[in-house]
Amino acid sequence: MSNIITVKDMCLWYGEHQALKNVNIEIPEKSITAFIGPSGCGKSTFLKTLNRMNDLIPGVKITGDICYEGTDIFAKDVDVNNLRKEIGMVFQKPNPFPMSIYDNIAYGPRTHGITNKMQLDDIVERALRDAAIWDEVKDRLKKNALGMSGGQQQRLCIARALAVQPKILLMDEPTSALDPISTSRIEELVTELKEKYTIVMVTHNMQQAVRVSDYTAFFLLGELVEFSKTDDIFSQPQDKRTEDYITGRFG
Amino acid sequence: MRNRFDEQLFELNREIIEMGAMCEEAIAGASKALTTGDVELAGKVRTNGNVIDQMERDIEGRCMKLLLHQQPVAKDLRLISAALKMITDMERIGDQAEDIAEIVTAMNGHTMEGMKLVEEMARETIKMVTSSVDAFVKKDVELAKRVIAQDDIVDDYFSKIKCGIIALVAENSADGEFALDLLMISKYFERIGDHATNIAEWVIYSVTGMHKEV
Repeated sequence: MSNIITVKDMCLWYGEHQALKNVNIEIPEKSITAFIGPSGCGKSTFLKTLNRMNDLIPGVKITGDICYEGTDIFAKDVDVNNLRKEIGMVFQKPNPFPMSIYDNIAYGPRTHGITNKMQLDDIVERALRDAAIWDEVKDRLKKNALGMSGGQQQRLCIARALAVQPKILLMDEPTSALDPISTSRIEELVTELKEKYTIVMVTHNMQQAVRVSDYTAFFLLGELVEFSKTDDIFSQPQDKRTEDYITGRFG
Repeated sequence: MRNRFDEQLFELNREIIEMGAMCEEAIAGASKALTTGDVELAGKVRTNGNVIDQMERDIEGRCMKLLLHQQPVAKDLRLISAALKMITDMERIGDQAEDIAEIVTAMNGHTMEGMKLVEEMARETIKMVTSSVDAFVKKDVELAKRVIAQDDIVDDYFSKIKCGIIALVAENSADGEFALDLLMISKYFERIGDHATNIAEWVIYSVTGMHKEV
């Protein structure tokens, strides 16, 4: 399995505050990588850096290299919109646009220039099928997405991310606002998605990391303390800080 | 939450130590009954077997509860899974001590007095059981390794005793039943040594995450 993202000596500052310190990591493609760590450890910051979402925050300074499929994502000729098409993002709280289910999914492809109705229909159906929500919504595609349940909205957001055919899906605590049934549907979905996509997710739910991820990275105070196969991290962590955190004896 | 978890793990440790001590007592009692022909003591060993069985079920229940409630990982998971495996071996040690005691009861005063090799084998085996439990208490990998090495000594005793029994039967074929009892007893001690070895291997796993067999 090859690595889709390679990060070398990455540091990030919010103004004077250093939020990430010399992060080095290689993310294998078509697998699920989970980022764990206490609040404020830098894991979400790091996740957002992978598709340059932090560009939008004033005062951010980044050093080091992040390569996506061998290309430096900070290179001058990189089109950020294109990068975010390849590396999509799903947030903690489902955030559908206040428009129909269909238009939510078609939004991305339209902004990338697709206007053909048949082609859009096809993309919408495929994205909704991939996100395991097609059967639930196929008869009400014209209804407003805000009328869906939280779990459905989150799967819709996943479908929306998939509609532009990304290679990587970044997920920032994708189930923390959902009930257990919706959570397990998303977990199942994510496990299926790794056949085609690379998934990187931040989670506060340690059991979720154990259940779904192939690799786990533990962050603490802006440092990547340990990165390894999930089974290894949770059975024989190499660093005492990892052990203390995952066994709940932190601090 | 974790304070309570730590308390429960402490309790689990205490119960395993207690069960280990019961096993040591059972095998020491069986071995003493064997040399002295003390039928009463043999009876006591057999009754204590039930207590050991009950302890196994209690500890098993506690481990299941901890797995369910605390979803342990890393060293906690290793401790609990090692505990689940170890108590099976401890229970078998208790059973085999019982089996020895049962033979003593049926020997009608026939004792193993003077059977130096059996006495020595019993002593070595008790040492293995005591050390394996000690290794668990102290999380002592080196001691656990010594227990594993000691199994060869116990196995040697078994081979020597077997040869002795063959000579005994050749010499006096009328005492065939006694010879068989002797063989059974030494085989039980040999098995107890194997169980102590298993316990030691699980101690090493619980501390280091590495199991010899894996």
